[in-house]
Amino acid sequence: MLFGYNLSPILAQSVLGMVNGAFYALLSLGLAIIFGLLNIINFAHGALYMLGAVVSYLLLHFLGIGYWPALVLAPLIVGAFGVLLERTMINRLYKLDHLYGLLLTFGVALILEGIVRNSIGSSGVTYSVPEALRGATRLGFMIMPTYRLWVVVASFVICITTWLILEKTPIGATLRAATENAALVQSFGVNVPRLITLTYGAGVGLAGLAGVMAAPVYSVNPNMGSDVIIVVFAVVVIGGMGSILGSILTGFGLGLLEGLTKSIYPEASGVVVFVLMIVVLLTRPAGLFGKAA
Amino acid sequence: MFSLGFTRPQLIALAVMVAVIAIAPMAVYPVFMMKIMCFALFACAFNLLIGYVGLLSFGHAAYFGMGCYLSAYAAKHWGFPAEICVLLGGIVAAAMGAVFGAIAIKRQGIYFSMITLALAQFTYFLCTQMAFTGGEDGIQNVPRPFLLGFLSLSNDMAIYWMVAVVFLVGFLAIFRIIHSPFGQVLKAIRENEPRAISLGYRVDDYKLLAFVLSTFIAGAAGGMKSLVFGIASLSDVTWQASGQIVLTNLLGGMGTVFGPVVGAVIINTLEFYLSPFGSWVTITQGLIFVACVMVFRRGVIGELGARFKVAL
Repeated sequence: MLFGYNLSPILAQSVLGMVNGAFYALLSLGLAIIFGLLNIINFAHGALYMLGAVVSYLLLHFLGIGYWPALVLAPLIVGAFGVLLERTMINRLYKLDHLYGLLLTFGVALILEGIVRNSIGSSGVTYSVPEALRGATRLGFMIMPTYRLWVVVASFVICITTWLILEKTPIGATLRAATENAALVQSFGVNVPRLITLTYGAGVGLAGLAGVMAAPVYSVNPNMGSDVIIVVFAVVVIGGMGSILGSILTGFGLGLLEGLTKSIYPEASGVVVFVLMIVVLLTRPAGLFGKAA
Repeated sequence: MFSLGFTRPQLIALAVMVAVIAIAPMAVYPVFMMKIMCFALFACAFNLLIGYVGLLSFGHAAYFGMGCYLSAYAAKHWGFPAEICVLLGGIVAAAMGAVFGAIAIKRQGIYFSMITLALAQFTYFLCTQMAFTGGEDGIQNVPRPFLLGFLSLSNDMAIYWMVAVVFLVGFLAIFRIIHSPFGQVLKAIRENEPRAISLGYRVDDYKLLAFVLSTFIAGAAGGMKSLVFGIASLSDVTWQASGQIVLTNLLGGMGTVFGPVVGAVIINTLEFYLSPFGSWVTITQGLIFVACVMVFRRGVIGELGARFKVAL
């Protein structure tokens, strides 16, 4: 007990909030990687996350491919779509104002959403939790659905792995160098255009992966992307895109805060992210982890 | 003096536009024309930012929608006359624009767009929960108020002339703003912000004032729309509505005087013919977005202007 509140439901809600946080982290991580190298805000990120969920649903229903293979296949398919998108359209925009990248990817998001709405309807379809992850797990202070626990842990591992790849491997070093100065890296013999394409594919693949993991939690529906992408934009503004680790921490942190708000004052849980964004902008305009402009 | 700064081709285009507004109700359903004029004014307000300051506000529907709500509420519950309702919509939108604008201009470029979008979504959430908006139901059955307190607007043609006058006044006001010394500074900021700062202009103040002016006009446009249709609903505050006004400008031609108007005509006509096909509206809008960005960045009016070497 603290200040008259029983703490264990608050703690439980916060941990459940981490499930949302896991998706925020995965999506803002992908956005940050793409922005770092391409200087484009990928508005289609939400739609590609939705596409990941839809692809895993289609794999199950038309090819009988279950959750575990889909966890690998769907991100690859979404990533391949991203590579196609970058090769055919986005790569023509690098010399233009950044806002054209935003507008193009917004258009792509609308097309994807419209097509999915046409084919599976607005209300969406359900995707059942895989056999191995059904039931609940006792955590001492609460009982948590095993699947949700898996989402939090898996997302955390993926985020940290991605961060380690970027910070500790030669590929990561090349990527960070290209983010700082692409022309210089190219002069060292690195194929920067291919690096950019693969980076976009990988960032988008992360969104697809998040989509597969989200499919059993939320229903698979055409709006799931646009609902989440605006919150993720707020996450990105709060965290600042300067740091990869920053975007991961902000993502999880905001999920936690949302869960906390839900247990104390449920009506505000939808807006708490935006309120925090306003507070951060007024006090630290560059974002919590951002470099000052 | 008389030309108000219009060039000759622009004067001709203006005359054509006025003539179309005057003649169209004989051939086209007046309510449809009014819808176009409301959205055209909204698009012109948006263009003041994107076209002349280079600010992409991705949440402009929040101000338009708030104008809708306020004007509908004032007409239904307070019985205010029409011009006060529209004005009130504009003033409340501008007050909101002053607060949100001050927050958003703390960051530049893409961040500005993301912040305005997030703030608009924040507004959307508030609208779903606040009592005065009616939540999911919106404000329905709004009676058409009297103009100046005694002129009945219940006839579609009566309110048509009011909408036409407000639209033209708003259109000319934006034209004056763009061509005033203030507007020249805005364009300087668009072209090279660091240089404008180094010349001693307080860039943030200029941006904020432009933002407030734009949101005022957007709110007034929304205020008219809810009086015409007798309803204010959540659909006017959604991010889709914000996206649509971006598309309107992109298609018509950002940074041109007549582009937003032409864009509004095309988009609303398309929507009218495609609406029976459900989500095809979304797909078509997406395709137009992609096509405009890839091959058609100047928009219809921009391309025409470039072809004939005139500024429209």
